[in-house]
Amino acid sequence: METIVTGILLGGTYALVALGLTLQYGVSRIMNLANGETLVAACFIAFWLFTSYQVSPLWGLLVIAPVAFVVNWAIYMLLLRPLVDRAKTQGMLEVDSILATFGLLFMFQGLMLRGFGGAYTSYAFLAERFEIFGTFYGLNRVVAFVAAVLISSALYLFLYRTRYGTAVRAVAVNPNSASLVGIDVARAAALSFALGGALTACGGALLSTYYTFNASMGVVFTMKALIIVIMGGVGDVRGAVIAALILGITETAVARLIDPGLTLAATYALFTLVLLFRPQGIFGRQQA
Amino acid sequence: MLRKMTLMLAASAVAVVAATGFAAAQDTLKIGASAPKTGPLAGGAAVTHWPNIKLWIEEVNARGGLKVGGKNMKVELIEYDDKTSGEEAVKNIQRLATVDKVDFIVTPYSTGLNVATAPLIARYGYPHITTSAATDNVPEFVKRWPNSFWLLGTSKQLAEGVADALAKLRNSGAIGKRVALVNVADAFGLELVGAGKPALQKAGFDIVYEASYPLGTQDVAPIISAAKAATPDAFVAFSYPPDTFALTEQAQIQKLDVGAFYVGVGTAFPGYAARFKDNASGVMGVGGITPDSKAIQDYRKRHKEVTGADADSWASATTYAGLEILGQAIERAGTTDKAAVIAEIKKKPFTTVIGEVNLADNVNHNIWAVGQWQGGSFNGVASAGIAGAKAPVKKDAWK
Repeated sequence: METIVTGILLGGTYALVALGLTLQYGVSRIMNLANGETLVAACFIAFWLFTSYQVSPLWGLLVIAPVAFVVNWAIYMLLLRPLVDRAKTQGMLEVDSILATFGLLFMFQGLMLRGFGGAYTSYAFLAERFEIFGTFYGLNRVVAFVAAVLISSALYLFLYRTRYGTAVRAVAVNPNSASLVGIDVARAAALSFALGGALTACGGALLSTYYTFNASMGVVFTMKALIIVIMGGVGDVRGAVIAALILGITETAVARLIDPGLTLAATYALFTLVLLFRPQGIFGRQQA
Repeated sequence: MLRKMTLMLAASAVAVVAATGFAAAQDTLKIGASAPKTGPLAGGAAVTHWPNIKLWIEEVNARGGLKVGGKNMKVELIEYDDKTSGEEAVKNIQRLATVDKVDFIVTPYSTGLNVATAPLIARYGYPHITTSAATDNVPEFVKRWPNSFWLLGTSKQLAEGVADALAKLRNSGAIGKRVALVNVADAFGLELVGAGKPALQKAGFDIVYEASYPLGTQDVAPIISAAKAATPDAFVAFSYPPDTFALTEQAQIQKLDVGAFYVGVGTAFPGYAARFKDNASGVMGVGGITPDSKAIQDYRKRHKEVTGADADSWASATTYAGLEILGQAIERAGTTDKAAVIAEIKKKPFTTVIGEVNLADNVNHNIWAVGQWQGGSFNGVASAGIAGAKAPVKKDAWK
């Protein structure tokens, strides 16, 4: 029981890491390698708000999410839009966006090093005991999990229960056909990229309450997000959440029951299995 | 005619400027540094490594520079980021030696990067005074690179210190003999657990839980809960900073109450005490400082004033001491000749912030192995060759 709860909590963390990239890659078709840097930047801002102004990271979300939304919107419009416009095929866009965001990664990293230095940073927020079924868990992780549930439900409702969400999903499935039925693909893609950035930043702010981070750690999160997005099926929120939970539970079970040294092996074994038997991901559609 | 005169004047002016420029260049000592500013080890280097280089150079220049053979030479620093990559570090050393033509090189940071660059530093003949490398291969490295000096001790010393500190606690009746032992699965963690496990067993401890986890793991709840299930009297983790913090937080949350709680690198960071406040009290970790040393207290004060950050309580002072040794050796040798400076380092002991350091056989044998947070100070409780250790105290239950 304890293992399952710990695993589910960890799954929540992973969902926070991956949801943003799902949108950015799935809808906007931008393989954003600077995703982890966005997350770490949000960690730093949450840390800064907390230590300098005593703003709790939860209230900090109200600042961080809109700022991240605007910044990501600007990045998309200024930097990625020209790539989208000139790309003849989706493959070409993917290659170009990987190269461009790879550059962004180093730029963000450099800015964070300048601003916050290279040292490990951490602070204590809600590092209290929270009892579930007689076992103690970190309250900060429980809060992050609850936030992950709220964020993914809101996202689900938006994508599956609203008109605009349906349009966004249509773009994810097929941008060309979507524009044929009168959807403003460019706008939907920009919005998804910005929304994805905001989600990633929210994840970062929540993660900062229990992770120790430094300016060069972004790539760790990008890797995890990439695995989850591909396992879940590109652009599918449900798939990403389920993949995150599966990873969380598997890693925890392996660590607790077999050996903590094998968690990475378990992650990549699962990843390989999914690639072998469901290359389109858990919820992904077969490419037509 | 007039024009010719002007030309000549201009030419001589240029010559004068060039000559003075040249003379000025001779009066500065160029020191090169390559260490992580980015990559996985940037976090540690930002606390332990870079601030001490800054501090030392500021202090040397403030007192007019190093006295080299009757001449005062100011120190100029040329620094590069090695991105925590051995290849990058090797390129940096090459550049420092051949393009910048520096007079001396500051040690790179960490065991791995020091070992990666040692052959090249040896080839260029620079003294290589390592201050952040702890490895059991020291005797072999000294033979291979006679220009290398090792100040931070060996993994064996650090690990045996743990057994020593725990044995003291057990003999005083504070803890029993059940130990949970975990380590990060990279060179540091593996070497320490390799030496620490037999040392603990020899000291009469039972290892009731043992596990290793991959580098970078921060989700350590399963490790702590498995350790707790084994009902240990002591918890020992040979860990790195992110996991050191994560293990402590989880132990606190899951109430892993043990009489002795030891975590690895990072425990000695000022940020550790700041983050865990009262809960840090009684936690043991790698390193330690001589509790009542005037030199250390003075050094820590200057470190704070000049760099704006607190020194850590392990390799910070050692890093500074390494630079002191380099400076003193250059002054004593009275020359910037590298071979002469290396010979000088071996000749006589040095007085440094970490006490007297004798490098006759290239190795500093007197090191702190284990420190413990006691009343806001990370006091040394187990050492090799250093007197003045405080008695380790039993860790209170987590709050």
